[in-house]
Amino acid sequence: MQQRNISFNNFEQCIKCTICTVYCPVVSVNPAFPGPKQAGPDGERLRLKNKFFFDENLKFCMNCKRCEVACPSGVKIADLIHSARRNYDKQFPELRDVVLANTDLMGKFARPVAPLVNSLISTKPAKVVMDVMLDIDRNRAFPKYQSRGFRGWFKKEARAAQDCYRNQLAYFHGCSTEYQHPEVGKAFVQVMNAVGWGVRLLKEKCCGVAMISNGLWSQVARNANHNIAEFRKAVSRGLPIVATASTCTLTMRDEYPHILGIDNADVRDHITLVEKFLFEKLDAGEIRLVFKNDYRARIVYHIPCHMEKLGWSIFTEELIRMIPGVSLTVLDSGCCGIAGTYGFKKENYASSQAIGKSVFDQINALSPDFVCCECETCKWQIEMSTAYKVFNPIVILAEALDLEATAAANQPR
Amino acid sequence: MRYDVILIGGGLSSLVCGITLQKAGKRCLMVSAGQNALHFSSGTFGLLGKLPNGKEVSEPIAAIHKLGASHPYSKIGGGKIMEYAKATPQFFADCGIELKGNRNSNMYRLTPSGTLMPCWLALKETTVFPSRKERLRGRMLIVNFAGYLDFNTDFLAEGLEKMGVSVSRIADVKLPDVEHLRQNPTEMRSVNIARVMDREENWKQFAKEVADLLQGEEYVVIPEVFGLADPMVCEWLREMIPAEILFAGTMPPSVPGIRMQMLLKRAFVYAGGTFLMGDEVLASEVSEGRARSVRTANLGAIDVEADHFVLASGHFFAKGLLSTPKAVLEPVFGLDVSYPADRNSWYDIDFFAKQNYLGFGVETDQDFHPFKDGSPVGNLYVIGAELGGCNSLFEGSGAGVAIMTAFRAAEIIMNE
Repeated sequence: MQQRNISFNNFEQCIKCTICTVYCPVVSVNPAFPGPKQAGPDGERLRLKNKFFFDENLKFCMNCKRCEVACPSGVKIADLIHSARRNYDKQFPELRDVVLANTDLMGKFARPVAPLVNSLISTKPAKVVMDVMLDIDRNRAFPKYQSRGFRGWFKKEARAAQDCYRNQLAYFHGCSTEYQHPEVGKAFVQVMNAVGWGVRLLKEKCCGVAMISNGLWSQVARNANHNIAEFRKAVSRGLPIVATASTCTLTMRDEYPHILGIDNADVRDHITLVEKFLFEKLDAGEIRLVFKNDYRARIVYHIPCHMEKLGWSIFTEELIRMIPGVSLTVLDSGCCGIAGTYGFKKENYASSQAIGKSVFDQINALSPDFVCCECETCKWQIEMSTAYKVFNPIVILAEALDLEATAAANQPR
Repeated sequence: MRYDVILIGGGLSSLVCGITLQKAGKRCLMVSAGQNALHFSSGTFGLLGKLPNGKEVSEPIAAIHKLGASHPYSKIGGGKIMEYAKATPQFFADCGIELKGNRNSNMYRLTPSGTLMPCWLALKETTVFPSRKERLRGRMLIVNFAGYLDFNTDFLAEGLEKMGVSVSRIADVKLPDVEHLRQNPTEMRSVNIARVMDREENWKQFAKEVADLLQGEEYVVIPEVFGLADPMVCEWLREMIPAEILFAGTMPPSVPGIRMQMLLKRAFVYAGGTFLMGDEVLASEVSEGRARSVRTANLGAIDVEADHFVLASGHFFAKGLLSTPKAVLEPVFGLDVSYPADRNSWYDIDFFAKQNYLGFGVETDQDFHPFKDGSPVGNLYVIGAELGGCNSLFEGSGAGVAIMTAFRAAEIIMNE
């Protein structure tokens, strides 16, 4: 009798309880998706026998991982689904998917002409063209590209000052910080400097999450190998790798080994998210935070799917609750429906908005001052679908902290 | 990292205890390794359906004095049980869950195999009968979705005919969106159908099809796959279908149970509790008779400390208890578990007989403090299915033990 699992994704442990299906955001809105149990462990049994059983419709999985979080038996359902896509799907991705997946490349093209691109892609004719030519839904609001990226700002305004800090870390900023939201990176540098940590940048490439979703397998493997090699260099110099985006963090820690089969065991535990990093340093008494006296905000916290999977929302909750004058309500966790590039696609737009409805309804009912969320694509979705602004926790902290007083409190004695 | 209370497990008992404590101002952390047994709930709560000797109980609270001293109810005491029983409907109503039933006497629920089982309180929509001798007069139509195998219409017909009704027909309904599910037979399950039926056009269409099928029958039986998002759908179906509807439970997963779980979790989180879903306690520290801290899979090397710990991680099925060929273990804290040494007495080879292993559980004192290596752990409480001293499946007391011990542990913690 076989006593132990032979698979790393635990699929033998599935007892067919169907709890995963309860928490799948796609299955209720898209009848073409076979559902997590069938697409994952049930289908895997058949696929192991014959690859003929691979089902094209697995592409409708958003990889939100809520099935894995809900599974009482520890089956890695989404990993099973995306490993199957990687192993068996031989279709070449269409142009639209290649465009959407290359967040990094698109940013590089758009940057020199950012104002033009921003105004162009927000016009109706351009949206119709993209809708008709590329199947990118015309109702979707696009994030704005910035003329000056985070790295450019860092080089000019911040890099020279970093050497004076006694502790050093490597910052993985991700594509959205570079191209659309440099304020996240700026806030990160401000806060880290205030608590006595200098920031180094890596020669990073896009983590590749959108390439996994869109089936650009060889390209994502190149990015992953590049990033892991960079992380090894950083770790050998004693630098922790800290990110501000929950999805990049999950991808580089867990998707690289689980879906791409790329071994990152030697660096995985050094890759962390800023909220966890700060909390651990605070908890150990290594740093101190001094907040402004007059900061007031009613905040709701939307836990992104990948933050839920990391299990680290607790750190964000703890940090935000430390701010005097803040009232924080955590939303009943659910997917906002965007799932990276998923919601941009014409065929998914209606599903995407239907999935997110419960999150939007909760936010509207609570009418906060703003929403807190670690994921930039959730930010785009929630800002498009509700009247509320969304901020990364590090931006909220940078705003709520008395940075000078914090810097003084963290001076070496 | 420090909390007032850490609750391990995310099912009925943990949620009732956590919501009570959080609302009383305690900072609570709940850690749950995946979802829980509420997903298999019947839509009713049992307090006590049978005594350990097999005798059926009609007035559960009045029968508590007949239980042995090691039973969780005996440890709480009849007076307290009465107090908690009075508070139960309001507690659930505050979480958005409407219950029906008279707390002093049992009702009878219709099982998916067509038999009647005692229960104490029930969700408003669930079909229950006031007594085992209930008679139904007239004719009945039983409706199922074509291809849905978790709803055994023949068993239901046989059971219901014993109640005096004449089942005139068993009919199938085909709706395009449900038919779509049949492409993958393993996904033709209650919850998939329920999610399709949450959409207004679908439940309206279903109601219309059933109304068209009726030929003057007084009753119609339909599977309990409605109202996952909004239980008002059940009321609207009653308005649209011109016969008395009996919603009959399906094989798991349970649609009303899932809704209950979602509402309770939301109540806990909205009250300010922190819920770690999909995380697992991997290590714990107990010293000098007190639990000190735990570590979890996702939080890694962080010691999460608390003044009080509540262990509600369930029975064997939930891995709250583990068994090896020689021993039964509680894996989180390594607590003392009561079970007989002779393994042959653990089970009966008659599958349907009373199974002793289902009565195994963690030993505790009167206040539900467990023992580790023979010494009590003073700030740790064990509640729910994990407790020894009762065979809940046999007695029909699972939900009752979960709720009563949750209220009791919460009260002791609040009084400290």
